[in-house]
Amino acid sequence: MKHNLTETLVHGVFLLLGLVTVGCVLLITVYLVISGIPAIREIGVIDFLFGPTWASTAAEPKFGILPFILTSIYGTAGAIVLGVPIGFLTAVYLAKMAPKSVKSFMGQAVSMLAGIPSVVYGLAGMMVLVPGIRKLFHIPDGSGLLAAIVVLAVMILPSIIKMSVTALEAVPKEYEDASLALGATPEETWFRVSVPAAKSGIAAAVVLGVGRAIGEAMAVMMVAGNVANMPSLFQSVKFLTTAVASEMSYSSGLQRQALFSIALVLFLFIMFINAALNFFLKGEKRP
Amino acid sequence: MKRILCALLVLVMALSMAACGQQEAPATTAAPADTTAAPVDTTAPATTAAPAKLSGTVSTDGSTSMEKVIGALGEAFMEANPDVTFTYNPTGSGTGIQAVAEGRCDIGLSSRALKAEEKDSGLIETILAYDGIAVIVNPENPVSDLTLAQIADIYTGKITNWSEVGGADAEIVLIGREAGSGTRSGFEEIVGVVDACQYRQELSSTGDVITTVAQNPGAIGYASLASVKDTVKALQVEGVTPSEDTVKDGSYAIQRPFVLVTKEGVTLSEAAQAFFDYVTSSEANAVITAAGVVPNT
Repeated sequence: MKHNLTETLVHGVFLLLGLVTVGCVLLITVYLVISGIPAIREIGVIDFLFGPTWASTAAEPKFGILPFILTSIYGTAGAIVLGVPIGFLTAVYLAKMAPKSVKSFMGQAVSMLAGIPSVVYGLAGMMVLVPGIRKLFHIPDGSGLLAAIVVLAVMILPSIIKMSVTALEAVPKEYEDASLALGATPEETWFRVSVPAAKSGIAAAVVLGVGRAIGEAMAVMMVAGNVANMPSLFQSVKFLTTAVASEMSYSSGLQRQALFSIALVLFLFIMFINAALNFFLKGEKRP
Repeated sequence: MKRILCALLVLVMALSMAACGQQEAPATTAAPADTTAAPVDTTAPATTAAPAKLSGTVSTDGSTSMEKVIGALGEAFMEANPDVTFTYNPTGSGTGIQAVAEGRCDIGLSSRALKAEEKDSGLIETILAYDGIAVIVNPENPVSDLTLAQIADIYTGKITNWSEVGGADAEIVLIGREAGSGTRSGFEEIVGVVDACQYRQELSSTGDVITTVAQNPGAIGYASLASVKDTVKALQVEGVTPSEDTVKDGSYAIQRPFVLVTKEGVTLSEAAQAFFDYVTSSEANAVITAAGVVPNT
């Protein structure tokens, strides 16, 4: 009887701790929706989402976030195009080819890359990458979409590599043995057997990378230039995240409300990406 | 199992106690120390020779540009009144103004004059000091003097090459601050380029602006005079070198007010009122000057 009581109590405590997380998510969601809706209603959904001009502090303010949405999509897509091949091939190397010592060293380097704070990425980008792009392409200023894409591509590498390695290592050894026994070379086996078998895990890794790239603010803010232009590679651009982060501290009135609305749009993007992630991870369980 | 449970319960208890403790803390501010001393509303209750022991907290919140001056004032005030705790929260002018309006701090700090809608909502502005905004370029840039009209043309995109104002043949890269920044609105209003600037980069701190200008030979930016470092060159405007003296005598054109924001009908705590009186008195001038800005009195 006493034993049962302790059990129940422990269960209760753990349930309570679990509910803290759920409570936080609910609180943030409700708060964002409540504070994000008024500005959208005042500006109008179409004008807000598809307006091409953002001039929040002008005498006749305009709150169109299409440049931010497109920049976030282009920037994330660019980071994926650049980061996924590098991350994916690194993962295949680490999971299948690398000798043990190299693997442990590289694995640690990847973990360290994941642990570097985003402001440090931003600082390195600002001091090295931006002047580098300026000199390399002979343009007056190096900050812009390209610099942001490069920084984001490096930042999403660790999550892509780690998840892909886990997925590749989980491929049953029998599959590979069978392929090798049929006379396939090791390379053929890795790319024709192991990778297809791990494809849902690798897809999940890519989606995770997308999530990280679209949500990153600090590093991007330091290299993107932050002017609300329509996205183009060498132009100064503003992401959804940086629009909120850079203006929040001095904002007032409708401008502040509109920033909450941007946060709400960003939140919906991330929810969508999470749903996609869940979809891919569930797919992995059914071979 | 029991041990884990025990540890968990202790943890939960400790956390809840800590939380309670935090909530109770501000209640102890009302110190009955000086009922006999001079009432607070007599002007300048001389912090140097204050016999009464002031205690409590003075909380300020707002402009990051005012960090240096308000920090120095806070320190000087706490030195004279060791029982007073002074806090400053560098959040930005907009947030600081909102914090006063919502009663989350005693005095708000704004590096721009209050807007009409803010004054209508019952907020009062008291100008503490004036800050010069320096126009900065890379030290490699041969240009050292621009007129206000030239600066306006550069920022609106009419002049795009340094050779048009006597510099090298290089494109001008406009560096500015984010929308809503006090430095940006101050600069744009004084130069007359509000909402018309063709920025290449909008950065969210003075430090970022200085770093970027220091790195790019074609860049031009603006920053608080007090925070300009040797890594960049401050331009003369209309032939006047930006300095404390030229801001004070009004000959340097690009300058803005540093404002203390209070709320109408809200009585400041004794400590906060004493602080307010101290910083607006001529006594504080030396400290304000030392912080690189020009006092209003």
